[in-house]
Amino acid sequence: MTYKGAPLRRAVIAFTAFLGGLIFLLASPAGAAADGEGLRGTLRLQGQPVNGVKIVVTTEDGQPVKEVTTDAKGQWEVPVPKAGKYKVTLDVKTLPPNAQIRGGNPVRTPTVYEGNVSTVLFALEPKAAAGQQPADSSDGGQFWRRAAQLTFEGFNLGLIIALAALGLSLIYGTTGLTNFAHGELVTLGAVVAWFFNTGIFGLAGMPLIPAAILAVIVCGAFGYLQDRLFWGKLRKRGTGVIAMMIISIGVAILLRNLIQFFFGPQTESFTEYNAQAGITVGPITAAPKNFWAMGIELAVLIIVGLALLKTRTGKAARAVADNPALAASSGINVDRVIRIIWTVGGAIAALAGVMLGLSQFLKFTMGQDILLLVFAGVTLGGLGTAFGALVGSLVVGVFIQVSTLWVPPELKSVGALAVLIIVLLFRPQGILGRRERIG
Amino acid sequence: MDWLTILTTTVHAAIGWEAVVYGLAAIGVNIHFGYTGLLNFGQAAFMAVAGYGLAVMITVFNAPFWVGIAVGLAGAVLLALVLGAPTLRLRADYLAIVTIAAAEIIRLIFRSVYFKDIFGGSDGRRGFNADFYAMNPYPPGHYGIGPFGFNERTMWLLTVGWSVVLLSCLVVYLLMKSPWGRVLKAIREDEDAVRSLGKNVFAYKMQSLVLGGVIGCFGGFFYGLYNGSVQPDVFGTEMTFFAYTIVILGGAARVFGPVVGAMIFWVLFVFIGNLLAELVANGYIPFMTSIQVGPIRYALVGLGFILLLVYRPQGIFGDKREIAIDAR
Repeated sequence: MTYKGAPLRRAVIAFTAFLGGLIFLLASPAGAAADGEGLRGTLRLQGQPVNGVKIVVTTEDGQPVKEVTTDAKGQWEVPVPKAGKYKVTLDVKTLPPNAQIRGGNPVRTPTVYEGNVSTVLFALEPKAAAGQQPADSSDGGQFWRRAAQLTFEGFNLGLIIALAALGLSLIYGTTGLTNFAHGELVTLGAVVAWFFNTGIFGLAGMPLIPAAILAVIVCGAFGYLQDRLFWGKLRKRGTGVIAMMIISIGVAILLRNLIQFFFGPQTESFTEYNAQAGITVGPITAAPKNFWAMGIELAVLIIVGLALLKTRTGKAARAVADNPALAASSGINVDRVIRIIWTVGGAIAALAGVMLGLSQFLKFTMGQDILLLVFAGVTLGGLGTAFGALVGSLVVGVFIQVSTLWVPPELKSVGALAVLIIVLLFRPQGILGRRERIG
Repeated sequence: MDWLTILTTTVHAAIGWEAVVYGLAAIGVNIHFGYTGLLNFGQAAFMAVAGYGLAVMITVFNAPFWVGIAVGLAGAVLLALVLGAPTLRLRADYLAIVTIAAAEIIRLIFRSVYFKDIFGGSDGRRGFNADFYAMNPYPPGHYGIGPFGFNERTMWLLTVGWSVVLLSCLVVYLLMKSPWGRVLKAIREDEDAVRSLGKNVFAYKMQSLVLGGVIGCFGGFFYGLYNGSVQPDVFGTEMTFFAYTIVILGGAARVFGPVVGAMIFWVLFVFIGNLLAELVANGYIPFMTSIQVGPIRYALVGLGFILLLVYRPQGIFGDKREIAIDAR
């Protein structure tokens, strides 16, 4: 391989400068993290914050430290005088009547290390109404109610995965790049929306909906520039797809930590739509925001799908994904198509991030955490196919949520990853992929 | 500015426990990626299995130290067989995804509340290194020159650690000079050609995966022995990527590449981290807080990794023709 040093060097400098620009764009006082040791936690019931719950912190031998109640975000924090073991008791009487602690034990004994704030987990679950049996698989009606609820939540998750997967799959299809940095596009979308939502540069925070639209635009531009200034140049230089895949890991580490630099290590939520009363439709109970989010996700996916099928650019994109050389020789501007795909991919990944932040919470690792599920969806559907990614993601989302009927929720991703491995072994081309893509 | 602390921590980093742990992980990755061209992104899983094997045997089952080591090694071999049997026939990018997913599965199982009685949940396991330090021949004291040096416990760990590193390098050197090693390199260059010569490519790849995993798993042992604890989140994907950065920095497919890479990596990592922390603490960088130093130095690792792969994929000692990243 020959070195075409100068243009590439310019490209990398430009990319770095662009990231530097991003730094200034995002520059804002990082979350004021408490100095010293402490304990904190967040109470949620089915994704919704639970406020007004009393938490009592004492030292190991019972000396009282502090009593707090959770705030509107369901969060609580207690600074403690020194590192050591503490006893945290949740006052069960202050829980909402429909909630109970999973496992039933209201006492935790966390250890606080020097200079660290320990997170204390109280997992809440809905309590069966008085007179009813608690949900278990032997009770047919309850079981199916729960299955329906989980299927709904699975579609919610699956649609979010699908938004991220569509971009990933199209980028793979057109450039051959397995982009490990795609999760960071998801995080970036959520974080940029959060910054607009809470206010930056002394700018007052704006409502979430315009903030989300701005975030999608910013991330679309970021996707465009990433290809224009970085990946496109590497492709021109003839960098192999394996090399690009490894490079994407470096990009992921770089972006993730830059996001952490500005956003901080804590978890946050948007300022709106946090505590919504659930509405019940048939066997399903969910906050209105979930229905809205799913509607928006579906609409976006349908629009992108139609664009791929009907528009010239969409047809060109599928042609490039099929065979770049043939597409180029029949007059399609391959670079332009790839750039459009990066732009759209970045924008819809950002939307996925906003939706993920809305249904769960924001953290700098949120994209990294969902990336493997996105890979699972993409592989299940068939790497490089647009509609396969959609189907695969929905299957993965539903599978993950419904599997919690039988496996502990903390291990639900294990099942999805196991499915990913099994699919790769027996049908590596996925559901809608073609045989020739076999591994 | 506390230049002395910066200087001593930097010098210590060059030969400290991090260089041993990551050096061993990187030697393993070098066998997989550098010599055989296998993109194993689950190296952290081998280290986790070894560290937890040792920790769980001693703390939960009260087994002797050497039984713990044996179980850790057996765990690493078993993981290589279980991971490799189905996946080594896959194309490079699929192998990468599968190994990364497998490593995450193992981490999630180790940190789950469901298995907390065995693996200790997200707190992990602690208190299993007493037997190791009971074998320490060094009498208590400070070993070193002036401000540089280690106490007797660290000296013992480093003595054993660097012996294992050098032994591993010797094994790699001898094996890669042998006909067996030439087959591995041939597989990296052109798998089909090797198959057409009648070699069992799958078996060679499996042997490479086992060997690299076992060498890497010693990194897991030393991590646990130095820190006196293992936690699941230590063995995340970042650990694997650090090992890859080290291999590419030192030079893939070179015997001492990973060792030198690990030393340079940790010197830079510790030096930049401490320098930034001192600059921030003394108010020279007003727009940063001390908490932000951590992410910045990780971001620099990412940036360095990108620049290395773009401009000098062969690293310091490598040979450009021997890098597997443009293959297939």
